[in-house]
This record gives sequence, structure tokens and C-alpha cells, in this order.
Amino acid sequence: MDQAHPLLELTGATVRFGADAALRDVSLRLFPGEVHSLMGENGAGKSTLIKAVTGALRMDEGELRLDGERVEFATPHEAQRAGISTVYQEIELLPNLSVAENIFIGRDVGRSGLVSRGEMVARAREVLGGLGLTDVDPRALLGSHSVAVQQLVAIARAVTADVRVLVLDEPTSSLDVDEVAELFRVIRELQSRGVAILFVSHFIEQVYEICDRITVLRDGVLVGEYLTRELLRIDLVHKMLGHDATAHRERENPSADRPEGEVLLSARGLRVGQSLEAADVDLGKGEVLGVAGLLGSGRTSLARALTGVARADAGIIRIEEHAVDLDSPRRAITLGVVYSSENRLRDGIVAELSVLENITLALQAERGALKPIPMDRRRELAQSWVDALDIRPADLDRPAGLLSGGNQQKVLLARLLALSPRLLVLDEPTRGIDVGAKVEVQNLVGELADNGVSVVFISAELEEVMRVGDRVAVLRDGRIVDTLASGELTADALLALVAQPEDEGE
Amino acid sequence: MTATMTRSEGRSEKRTGASVSVQGFFTRHSALMPTFAALAILLLLFAGAEAFLRGDFITPRNISALLLDNAYLLILAVGMTFVIVTGGIDLSVGSVMAFTGILGAKLLAEGMPVAIAIPVILAGGAVIGLIIGVLVQYFNVQPFIASLAGLFLARGLAFVVSLSSIKVEEPAILWLQSTRFSVGGWYITPTGIIALLAVAVAAFVMHLTRMGRTVYAIGGSESSARLMGLKVARTKVMVYVISGFCAGLAGLVLTAYSGAGYPRNGIGTELDAIAAVVIGGTLLTGGRGYVIGSMIGVFVYGTIKTIITFMGAEQSWMQIIVGALLLLFIVVQRAIVARSEGRG
Amino acid sequence: MNRIYKHRLFWPVLSLLVLIVVNTIARPQFIEITLQDGRLYGALIDILRNSAPLMLVALGMTIVIATRGIDLSVGAVMAVSGAVALTIIDRSGSPGAVGTVFVAVIVAILVSLVLGAWNGFLVSVLKIQPIIATLVLMLAGRGVALLITGGFITTVNSEPFAFIASGYVLLLPVAFFISIAAIAAVALVERRTALGVLTESVGINPEASRLAGVRSRGIIWGAYMVSGTLAGAAGVIYASNIKAADANAAGLFIELYAILAVVLGGTSLAGGKFSIAGTVIGVFIIQTLESTILFLGVPSAQSPVFFAVVVVVVVVAQSQRMRGAIARVGDAFRKQDAPERDDEKVEVAR
Repeated sequence: MDQAHPLLELTGATVRFGADAALRDVSLRLFPGEVHSLMGENGAGKSTLIKAVTGALRMDEGELRLDGERVEFATPHEAQRAGISTVYQEIELLPNLSVAENIFIGRDVGRSGLVSRGEMVARAREVLGGLGLTDVDPRALLGSHSVAVQQLVAIARAVTADVRVLVLDEPTSSLDVDEVAELFRVIRELQSRGVAILFVSHFIEQVYEICDRITVLRDGVLVGEYLTRELLRIDLVHKMLGHDATAHRERENPSADRPEGEVLLSARGLRVGQSLEAADVDLGKGEVLGVAGLLGSGRTSLARALTGVARADAGIIRIEEHAVDLDSPRRAITLGVVYSSENRLRDGIVAELSVLENITLALQAERGALKPIPMDRRRELAQSWVDALDIRPADLDRPAGLLSGGNQQKVLLARLLALSPRLLVLDEPTRGIDVGAKVEVQNLVGELADNGVSVVFISAELEEVMRVGDRVAVLRDGRIVDTLASGELTADALLALVAQPEDEGE
Repeated sequence: MTATMTRSEGRSEKRTGASVSVQGFFTRHSALMPTFAALAILLLLFAGAEAFLRGDFITPRNISALLLDNAYLLILAVGMTFVIVTGGIDLSVGSVMAFTGILGAKLLAEGMPVAIAIPVILAGGAVIGLIIGVLVQYFNVQPFIASLAGLFLARGLAFVVSLSSIKVEEPAILWLQSTRFSVGGWYITPTGIIALLAVAVAAFVMHLTRMGRTVYAIGGSESSARLMGLKVARTKVMVYVISGFCAGLAGLVLTAYSGAGYPRNGIGTELDAIAAVVIGGTLLTGGRGYVIGSMIGVFVYGTIKTIITFMGAEQSWMQIIVGALLLLFIVVQRAIVARSEGRG
Repeated sequence: MNRIYKHRLFWPVLSLLVLIVVNTIARPQFIEITLQDGRLYGALIDILRNSAPLMLVALGMTIVIATRGIDLSVGAVMAVSGAVALTIIDRSGSPGAVGTVFVAVIVAILVSLVLGAWNGFLVSVLKIQPIIATLVLMLAGRGVALLITGGFITTVNSEPFAFIASGYVLLLPVAFFISIAAIAAVALVERRTALGVLTESVGINPEASRLAGVRSRGIIWGAYMVSGTLAGAAGVIYASNIKAADANAAGLFIELYAILAVVLGGTSLAGGKFSIAGTVIGVFIIQTLESTILFLGVPSAQSPVFFAVVVVVVVVAQSQRMRGAIARVGDAFRKQDAPERDDEKVEVAR
């Protein structure tokens, strides 16, 4: 593969947001006619890298070469004109216009300023036909087609612009098996035309099916570039998660040998769309259930179904043996079930409200707007949580949005703990926070469990899941493949379970 | 995996094949449905009034008067359609119409030749539109607020020009209204021709020029339009300029219609224009709508007004009925949007 | 960020003071207050009195805007409320009786409450965009008011009714006390209960609020009901002031002035944090400006030009572009090579 020179070469890419570097000294090479995968967990820097390549984001350092020539793009449109097109997960097309227009709008078809519909439709048919999509009606509104077809139309649009590099950002996340196959057929067609394709997906199976090489990122740093056929799946997962198999530590809270206690929650056959299937969960009082799984394994869907954030499409949830209908977070809260989202900023913190108001928000909402918690009681309560969780700065009146990520997470935890929950579902509570805060959160979970609170602890870091959880449920491709006592698990065994390819699992 | 692929091709062919033959028309023209609904309402109104008034309603005279009486509103609705399709709103049009109307009357009264006065008032409307557009596009002001400033400005300026009405005696302006080209009982005035021309030009621009398609693109998804390299900024400013220009033209037509400029003209007319556009099938959230639909919306509006006059009912029913129709269309639109969100 | 929070009311208060000082220099009698027949008179008292309807409407608008909404129908609700009150008084056998007026006012305000609940239903249950949802009533409301009055301007001669807008108690106009009562009621309800914080929470981050168990539907619905009720009260004051129900003129453009007052008071149209005190000051700024314009000999019909300029200045000053420009100028003063890269990055990244 290396005999040719790369079509696109990125070296030393560094992107900083404020003080944090989202990307540090990362390189990427794409050769003509190859499908190249970019892999990494949440926060690894994949989307930052894509934005840097496609002109959506300016790099602080680093250079981009296209066909050996140095290029710089101020906007995605400039990148497109140079032959680098992107198809985003959220399809960036116009559902209210026809398929033909979506392929050609902004391109020069027809005379100056005028649109020639006939010509446009004819050429659209040609382009779609070239990709084997003869059954897509170019005159129909884009929005009337399925997501899969829309995605293919996006590719068709990219192709008409003499595309040389095509970036596919999570193109398969909402497609079913047949649609994925159709997409892959189109990708292979483009590959044979010499287009370099950057394929970003968290579905390892698909990566192995279609990609020639893989670049792995972790925490904004390049882990390495590998030939797919020379890289074992387990090694890939290993590189993505950054787990070092030899560094397995003893669990700090060896309470795995707790007596068989009462069951708090039991869920049977939970299904959420296409992302979670037939999930069974049992959780004892005071037990910590670790959930291990890669991005897209259904881990977040599980958390949301258990806490009423997204109603499960099928299945039954029992709390203390009573079947409950968790149709809203509010309902779940009244049952003592609370959820901390993996997306702190979007679904957690109310940025402009103070730390005090954020901590007391859920408790106040539960009491109702007309029964205010007296101010001194609120301060006392918030102060006690600020002290207990060591939230810094210990300024109750500071807007929560101004705190660091770790402290925001603690504020969020304090909000939930103030409700005295029976079940706490934490979705990646330690992502993107510093090491000190991470250990504090982990220890807090242990303390809570000792006090009888049940916890579901989701994390992409296997070591953490094993250390914190009494048992570990392993999710893969929307199914819980196994649930094991963490005392019986080794890091390697867990890694194998998380990464296990399908043919071994069956 | 090869097996899966073959299966997939077979299935998708079957699926899309069926959809093309059965649903082809609907999928291609689903955006037209609300406009058809408006047309149906218009025909129902005609039929109902005709039955109720025992054949006295659908007469050449009444239908001709419909265009004559609503020419100014039609022109406003045309401009408003551009703005609403981008997902914006222009509250200033009623006031701009009053301002340009009184300005025109004043300039003519002071002896300015028609050939200069008319371009001046059209430009006046366009400039206020430009101010709104710049605020929206370059200062990120919500269209609602920016056009509100335009409303205040134009209404105040109308009173700055004159506190009372000014009669127009310029023959060229009066000619616009008094001339009737008639065939049988049917007639059309130059103001009506101007309004229909505005519809025709706007429909051409919206559907067959790159700028028009960009207007739709912005309404569909502004960020996508930008990503696709469309001239979003320029087009967004332009729609407000077009709306302002149309308001200027409406000012001219209204002045001709009433034979005078009056600074209190058009209070609340922006709401009538918005209602007509929405009833004509344009989505207030942007991206969908037709100039022709807005024309139908204006005719629905005008017909309701005529019927109320014929029945001798209170004109206040007008606002209530139009409000109710607006509500109906908004709820239906909301249901459509909710359904398409559910599917996507 | 923090600095802006601490000085939220700095600019509004400064603007109001500047207006008062300029007026006082231009015409010293502006701040003169005279006592006559147990009543205080003067330009400032007039401002307190005349601002009452706008004050009530702006208070309601503040709450609605805090939920990320807007209520365009307030003017129409005022017209309906005035029409209801006047019609009841007009049709009663004893228009001069306190009881009649009391019933008329209560019914008018209850009708307004229902209209507010209607808006709230469209927004919180049917999830229709607030601008569009309230547009319906803005359009139809005046028609309803005209129907109630039978298309005429109903006038009444009722001493107790006129008292609401023109009467005096304890040296000061009754209307002013109504303003104070409304401010106190809204401030107490929002700040002494948890409603204010929950409203802000819903306005800032609806999804996070949902996950925290906040009943956002009820809060949003309630906001429109408050707005409707206060607009109804404003309609009564307006009708009392002119002793008539004028369905076309009552509350005309008041939604625009109310929004302006809220924005002048430092509450963002994007929702979230709101300031009752800011809105109060915003209302006084508008009323003082109106008084200034009148003093300058400008016909009141022309005053919208001035308000247009104010709106433009305020929104441009609040815009990101202007803030960026000011920040850049500031940076350039502080250090020679001001790093602008971060700003640009955010913009390009959408």
C-alpha cells in the first residue's frame, strides 16, 4: 500500500479549545482507492480531526497536504472545491428539496442564475445510476426517502464534485443490515474509482469488513496506524480503550462477597429501537453493576430505559417486585431512580444557574414549585454537598457553567444524591474529568453502595468498570452478552468479551 | 456477507419500485397539499356563498373586484412568502406600506415628477428591508425583533412625512386605479396587473433561479445550505429587501386605490399578510410554500371579507375567522411536522 | 460572564438616570412635584401613573420570555378585557355602583386568564412555536373585542371605574399602586416560591430540566396564564383611563413596547435568567423617553422612530458580533498581538 504516495496527508495536527487540547500532534494518511477507518471512543478527537481535515475547524498547529501540495481550508465549502467532501451522520442536506436539487444545488447547472430542472434531473439520474442507485426517483423530495437513501444521495452529491477524498462520519449508525450492505456496495464502487475514503464508525464488524487500514486515536493523541488484516479485534479495542492488561489493580472495595441481598430492580426483555434488544438486568440493594461496552453498544439506551428518560419499546421493569411504567424521568425520580447523562453540558448542568440552584433543582422540582425549600435550608444542603464532594471553587453562587468538567459532574451528582435515591444510573460519569476527580467519583460510588444505594455504573474504561462494579454486564451490539462477578473477571477476559467478534459469540 | 448483499438489493428494489408507482405523485408533490387545501377552501367559500346568495355571488363583477380590492395585500403576501420560506418573518410590511404611500403622496403633492417619485418610494421600502436584513444576518437579531424595529421606524416615519392624509391628484397614479380593461363583465385595473405580475415574477424567481432555490434551501436547513456552499448571507438579506420592495409597491398601489396617502394605513396588515401566506400553505417554520399558494390565501381572505359584507355581518368576524383559519392551518402544519419528525 | 451578572442592572439604571438628568437640565420643572388638594402632581408622577398598563404587560412578558417564549397577544387581550368590563358596566342597571365595577373587573380579568390559558395550551401541549401560537389570538382577539362592544367604542360614566386609572390614594395615583401590587405579587411568587428558579431552568436548558424532574409543561402553561391575567388588568386600567372600550386602539403595539422593556431590563430574549427589577426599570425608561419625546414637541405619533433607534442600538449592542468587536478592541489595548483565533474557531465550527 505504501508504494504510492498519500493523497491526503495530515501531520502534527493540534487543536486547542481554550486550555484543553482536543487534538495533539496527530497524523493521518489516506491513499487513493483505500477505505481508511478512524477509531476511538467518545472524546478521542475523531470529530475534531474530521473537522480539521474538512475545513470546519482551524488547526492551531499542523499541516495538511493534498496530493503533496500544502492546503488550508477556511470553510467546508473550500475543502469541497478541493475535492474533500464529507457526509455527516446528521445528514446535512435539504429535506424540502428534490433529490436532484440536493445533488446539484450550489453547483453550476444551467445558465447564469437560472436553474434548468430537466437537465438537473437527467444528470442526477446519471449520477445515481453510476452508483447503482437506479431506483431512486430524482424528482421526489429528499425528505420522503429513508435515512439510508438520503445518505446515499449525500454521497452522490459528493461524487459529482470530482471527489478525491470522501469522509463518512458514522454513516451506518441509523441503518439496518440491508442498508449497510447497500452503502458498502457504493463505497466499493467509489474505491474502485480511486477515491480515498475515511470511514468513521464505532461498529467494529463493519470496519473489519470494509476498511483497509485503521488509525486509532485516544484522548486526542494518535495511538497508531495499522493494516486491518494485521490487527486483531481485541488488540484494536485494547488500543482504543487504552487499557493496560498488566496494570490490573485489586479492587479497593472488596464487597463482592456481600450476602445475597434483596433485589431492588429487575428488568426483562428491554428493547429500545434498534440500539438495545432483549436486555435483562437484575440489581440487588446496595449493589454496583458495572456496564462495559463500546460506544454504540447500547449502553446509553439501557441507562435511559432504566430511568424513564426514553420509554422502552418493549420489556418490563420491576422495582421491589412491582411492575412500574417509567414514562418520564419525573416518574422514575418519585420511585427513587435517578439518571446522570453522559452529556453533562447538554442534558445535565443548567449552565447559567448557580451551583446552589443546580444542586437543589431536582429536589425542589420533586417538592413542587409552590413549596420552596427555605433559603437557609437550601444553602445548608448545598453547602453540605459541596463539602462532601469537595466541589471547587466552593462558591455556591457561581454559575455552574463556569466550573470545570469534574466539578460540574460532582454538582450533577449532588443534585441526584440530594434526592436520596435508591438507584443511581451513572452514564460515563468520569469521562473528560481529571484523574483526581475520577478517583473521587469512583470512591463515592463505593460509599453509596455501602449505604445501601444501588448503582449502575457505565464506563468505556474497562478497568474502572471492574474496579467499581460488584458485577459487570457486558453489552455488545445492543445485547447484554454476559453478566459476571467482577471478582471472577480479569481485564483480558473482559476485553475479549467487549470486543468479541460475532462468529465467536454464537 | 455476500448473501446479505444480494438479499438487500432485491428488497430495496422492490420497496422503492412500489413507492415510485403508487406514491410517486404524493412524494413528489407532498409540499403542495396545503396549497390544494387552501384552494379547496376557496372553492367551498365560493360555492357556499353562491348557494347562500342564490347565484348572486359568483359574478364577473365580484370576482374582478376581489383582485382590485386585495391587490395591495397580494403584493405584500408575495414579499412575505420569500421571508417566511427562509424561516423568517417580516412584521414591518404594513407600516412600510403606509410610509411609502404617504411619502409618494407627499412627493407628488410637492411637484416631483412621477418618474422620480415612484422609484424613490420603491427604494424607500427596499432600504427599510435592507436594514432589517442586515440586522438579521449580520447582527444575529431574531427576524421578529429586527422587523419590529422596521415597523416602528416606518410607522414613525409615516407620521414624520405627514400627520394627516394627503390627497393624490397626479393623473398617472389615479390612472392605475381608474382604468379598467374589460371583457364582458370582467375587468382588470393596472393595479391588478401589477399584483399579478408580482406573483408571476416571484414564482419565476422562487422556482427557476438559483436565488429562489437558495431561499428554499435556507428554510430547509440553514446550516446545510451554508455547508453546500450556497450564498446564504446574501440571500437572507435579499429576502427582506424583496419584502421591503414589495411593501413599497403595495404602498403605491394602495395610494392609487384610495386616492390618498394616509399615515394610519396598514395597521395590522402585516398580520393579514402573514395569515394569507400561511393559509396558502406556506410553513411558518420555513422551507415549504408557494407564491401561488399565497395568492390563493389572499383570495380566501378577500372572499371571506366579501361574504361578510354581503351578509351585512360585523367586519370584526373577519379577524376572528381569519384567526381561526390561521389556527387550523398551524395545527395541521404542526401535525405534519410532528409526523415527519417521527419518521426521520 | 461573571462581570455581566454582577452588573446586570448597571446599564438600565444608568440609562434611566441619564434620561432623568437630561430632562431635568432641559426643563427643570421635570422633577418638580407639587402638592395640590392632597394629590401629588408633576412629570414624574405622570410617568408613574401612565406606565401602569405597560408595567403589568411587561411583567407578564418577562415570565413568558424567561421560558423561551413570547406573547404577542397581550394587546388583543387588553382590548378584550376592556370590552368585557365596559360592556358589563354599560349593560348593568347601576353603572356607578362599586359592586358592578367590581364584578366587571373580576370577570374581565378571568376572561383574560382563560385567553392566557389558551395560549399556554397551544405552546406547552400542542408544542406550537410561541410566536405563531400567540399570533392567532393577536389576530382574532381584537375581532372578539369588537364583537363584544358591537363594533362601537363603548363609553361609560362610572365614578368607581374611572377611579382605577385616575383616582388618588395617599397622595399618589391608584394606577401606581396597582403597578406596585403587581410587581410585588410577581416578585413574591417568582422569588419566594421556587417558581422563578424552575422557570429559568426550563428556559435555559429544557432537556436538563426534564431529566431533573421539572414539570416544564405546567411552568410554561402557567407563564402564559400570568401574562394573560396581567394583560387583562392592564386592559381594565387602559379602559378606565379613557372611560371607554376602544377595541382597535387598546393595547395597540403594547406587545412591542413590553418586549422592548424586557430587553432593556437585561433579560435575554433567548430565555433563562430574568430580572423583574430590570423590567421595571425598562418600563420607566420607555415611559420617560416617551415623555421626553413629547416634551421635544414631537407629535406622539412620530415617537416610534425614536423607539426604533433604541431597539436597533440595544440589539446591536447585545449581538455577538458587536461584543466580539468590543472585546477585540479591548484586547488590542491590553496586548499587542491579540489572539483572535478562538472566536473565529467557534464561528466556523457552528
